[in-house]
Amino acid sequence: MEDTIAAVATAYGEGGIGIIRISGNKAFDILKDIFEPGGEFAEIVSRRMTYGKIVDKDNNEIIDEVLAVYMKGPKTYTAEDVAEINCHGSIVALRKTLGLALRKGARMAEPGEFTKRAFLNGRLDLSQAEAVIDIVKAKTDKSFDVAISQLEGGLSLKIMEIRQKLLDVLVDITVNIDYPDEDIEELTYEKLEENILLIGEMIEKLLSTASTGRMIREGIRIAIVGKPNVGKSSLMNSLLKEIRAIVTEIPGTTRDTIEETLSIRNIPVYLVDTAGIRDTSDKVELLGIEKSKEAFNNADFIIFITDGSRPISSEDKEIGKYLKEKKSLILINKSDLGRVFDDDEIREIAGNHDIIETSLLNGKGIEDIEEFIENMVYGGHLSQKDSMMVNNVRHIELLRKSRGSLEDALKMIASKEALDFIEIDVKNTYEYLGEIIGETVSDDIIDEVFARFCLGK
Amino acid sequence: MEKFLMGTYDVIVVGAGHAGCEAGLASARMGKKTLMFSINLEAVAMMACNPSIGGTGKGHLVREIDALGGEMGINIDKTFIQSRMLNTAKGPAVHSLRAQADKNQYHIEMKKTIENEDNLHLKQGEVIDIIIEEGKACGVVLKTGACYRAEAVILATGTFLAGKIFIGDSVFESGPNGLAPSVELAERLKEYGLPMRRFKTGTPARALGKSLDFDKMIPQHGDEDIVPFSFMNDSLEKDQADCWLTYTNEATHDVIRANFHRSALFGGHIEGVGPRYCPSIEDKVNRFSDKERHQLFVEPEGIYTDEMYIQGMSSSLPEDVQQEFYKTIPGLENLEIVRPAYAIEYDCIDPVDLKISLENKHIENLFCAGQFNGSSGYEEAAAQGLMAGINAVRKIEGKNEFVLQRNEAYIGVLIDDLVTKGTNEPYRIMTSRAEYRLVLRQDNADLRLTEKGYEVGLVKNDRYEKYLNKKEVVRLETDRLKKKVLKPENVNDFLESKGSTPIKSPCSLYELLRRPEIKYDESFVIDEERPVLSSHQKTMMEVQIKYEGYIDKQKQQIEKFKRLENKKLPSDIDYHSIDGLRIEARQKLSDFRPLSVGQASRISGVSPADINVLLIYMEKFRRRKS
Repeated sequence: MEDTIAAVATAYGEGGIGIIRISGNKAFDILKDIFEPGGEFAEIVSRRMTYGKIVDKDNNEIIDEVLAVYMKGPKTYTAEDVAEINCHGSIVALRKTLGLALRKGARMAEPGEFTKRAFLNGRLDLSQAEAVIDIVKAKTDKSFDVAISQLEGGLSLKIMEIRQKLLDVLVDITVNIDYPDEDIEELTYEKLEENILLIGEMIEKLLSTASTGRMIREGIRIAIVGKPNVGKSSLMNSLLKEIRAIVTEIPGTTRDTIEETLSIRNIPVYLVDTAGIRDTSDKVELLGIEKSKEAFNNADFIIFITDGSRPISSEDKEIGKYLKEKKSLILINKSDLGRVFDDDEIREIAGNHDIIETSLLNGKGIEDIEEFIENMVYGGHLSQKDSMMVNNVRHIELLRKSRGSLEDALKMIASKEALDFIEIDVKNTYEYLGEIIGETVSDDIIDEVFARFCLGK
Repeated sequence: MEKFLMGTYDVIVVGAGHAGCEAGLASARMGKKTLMFSINLEAVAMMACNPSIGGTGKGHLVREIDALGGEMGINIDKTFIQSRMLNTAKGPAVHSLRAQADKNQYHIEMKKTIENEDNLHLKQGEVIDIIIEEGKACGVVLKTGACYRAEAVILATGTFLAGKIFIGDSVFESGPNGLAPSVELAERLKEYGLPMRRFKTGTPARALGKSLDFDKMIPQHGDEDIVPFSFMNDSLEKDQADCWLTYTNEATHDVIRANFHRSALFGGHIEGVGPRYCPSIEDKVNRFSDKERHQLFVEPEGIYTDEMYIQGMSSSLPEDVQQEFYKTIPGLENLEIVRPAYAIEYDCIDPVDLKISLENKHIENLFCAGQFNGSSGYEEAAAQGLMAGINAVRKIEGKNEFVLQRNEAYIGVLIDDLVTKGTNEPYRIMTSRAEYRLVLRQDNADLRLTEKGYEVGLVKNDRYEKYLNKKEVVRLETDRLKKKVLKPENVNDFLESKGSTPIKSPCSLYELLRRPEIKYDESFVIDEERPVLSSHQKTMMEVQIKYEGYIDKQKQQIEKFKRLENKKLPSDIDYHSIDGLRIEARQKLSDFRPLSVGQASRISGVSPADINVLLIYMEKFRRRKS
């Protein structure tokens, strides 16, 4: 029997309605655990859409009002038992509901996995098989690439650091088990406990920064920068979908920072339109520029707008200097008026950021920008100031599992169980963390044993 | 030189070391007329290095060989001079039996067993060529020109193949222990296109016991209760010999450091890759320079000789340097070397060129085992020999390969590691190599494997009946313990004496035995009418009771693992035609030809995405067929 998987089964849309699909033999149990039916149909009947609430029983938090349905296999999409929950509140609720299902025993579905199961269980015909291969392959490869690219930053370093500590513990255990006759330090329960507690704290710390949570609850701060009259206000208006800032042909119209709260694909965003950064003697404008710099420093993310129809100016270069250290997106605006510099030239002054070509007055490129922001937030690409951000649901799930395994190990240490039992949980932790950074089982431990200890006949 | 046909057999085994002996015996016991060759009959089952059998992981292998009807366990039970169960302070899965052997006796007993075996013929002779016809191995040619034909050939050449010995600056062609090397065969195998490589191993000096001062060393005694290796032996009695422990010191290390330049290892003479787990003493001093001392064990080579094995002191330094550093070690000041330490380099095959049955992928009916496959150790060799023997017979009989999975035996882990992942150094088994250690215990090897050994025809009736009886006795006794309900007033004194919490209401003895501090053997005081169980039976039962929960947890993991292992890949699958597989994966899978999707997933260069593609392809394939 396959294990039970769950995922958001719909594309993230504007409306905030989305479906969580759970498939596998535990689907019904998980649904019962997180869903409280209400209204006149206060029980769950197979294939009847039921109204109720998703409740996190651990802290009695009501997450969303939903419609849920349970379908007994095999006449379902995957031919397994399937539960589907229609969330209405927001993407936050959708994510939370999924997180809850994972906590209650489901595993995050891999890309294309529902389809794969549907196929393997005989629900798709042969002609669809080729297509399935493409989907699975494309998605898996893509998710792998994404995982690698987003992990180049601090998270992967952190995970590697924790894994190194775990490896040290594993090596101590292994050498104690496999080389009982050697002249090596005995691994005491005290030492083991101390090391594991330390690792547990590191994981806990990482998890506390976790979530979609914080970023979605508190929103992200985006600063829009660019020389005057390049289209900052147009961008803001396009995103707001109404005219708020004054758009004129005279540079320097926006003299103060304008801050707006809006929702981009259900992510709360604080958008700060800055006055631009340039040398000026105008006192009012000076004040604006100071504020701009402040806004700039406080932002999680910068959108730098350039005018593609004019050569790169000294102002662009000035702004570019600030961008190198910041997560940024470069817009090459006024693309309808022709391009006079290429991507490499702008990257040279502003750093190696993503670039989107826009024509903001015509609304061209807005979709791309929204999608970029969404991917950034949900893909965990964005790290907020001074903290390690774990946003990817798969990562959070794996970190939770790691924590769980370490707790099991600690229980065993407390009751002084044999080393080889404790090793199983420590090894599991090591492997869960390995999954986050795409490293699977290898001969790490054995290599390390020989590197650190002098063993031999 | 004129060639002439001297005989026709079913199976020919080249080499009579630990792999060759198990291969020959297995083949003969499965009813095949079998011929074994050794370059020298004094080398049959020769323990060329340490005088012991077993240890962590290795002891498990011996138990598994025994459970399948192999000889190693029985032979060491006949010839051991000291026995110890290692790791008893840890969980039952890593308890490991190790016995010191009388080397000469071990050789004599094994040779006698082979000589007495019907169907098995042992001859002295150097095989210099394999007869290959239409891509199939079908005989061997000896140096004398004699040819022998057979349906299958098993190569178990150990360190003889193109063997080269290094002692200090001195380098010469030689097999182990001064025996002749096998040079011509090495040339032929290369010509046949087998992917050969050079590995290296070494052995420490042997010293004369009477030149040592044992008063300055720490004696290591055997266990009082001797646990037999073989499931066929319920108990063993023996006056045991002692081993001795002493340490090197800074003075020793100074001598070694001053002579680094004279070591063959540092001089760059050796091209072969040596194992990390048996570094020479100069290697240890070099790599672990902050370590103030290294331990060494002095172990008797046998009862009828005064030769002592100096474990921990393997070296390729010249003899005069060896003599010099021994002078600095307590108890060894006057040590007289009778055989100098040496390093030996030899040819072996890259094991990824083998099928999981240990048959060569390119030359049909050619099976390979032991150090020839890049492993190290007597036990690893014997395990492969046994499997190669079984599989050669099955191949001849047109039966499918006999494979042990990673969740079934250390033998399975060993062979899967070798043929699927390959190895860059002589491969040694370790318990940490097994994913499902809790179920692969040495106490239950018979439970895991004897049934299988019986099915392949290697386990004979006496062993099979003993096994069935053990199972039944354990079942009955477990049931009895469950039904045996004890009242608080009758057991609380006993519980308290063991530091165990008293009970408030009646409780079964089975429940009480789940407590770590309550031992079956000691609990007889609260349990009249107890039947007599053998030590094998008691151990198996007690482990099952005490660790049921953990073992169940692991069994669930195994169920998951088996899903991919059970998805078999057809041998004629054209990986290059599977859309969606990455190019690297297509190439790797085509070369490897894995048996199952599970095995495919362990090949380096095959990604999880490739495995998904493969699963889908398999389903397509299945539906087309049905």
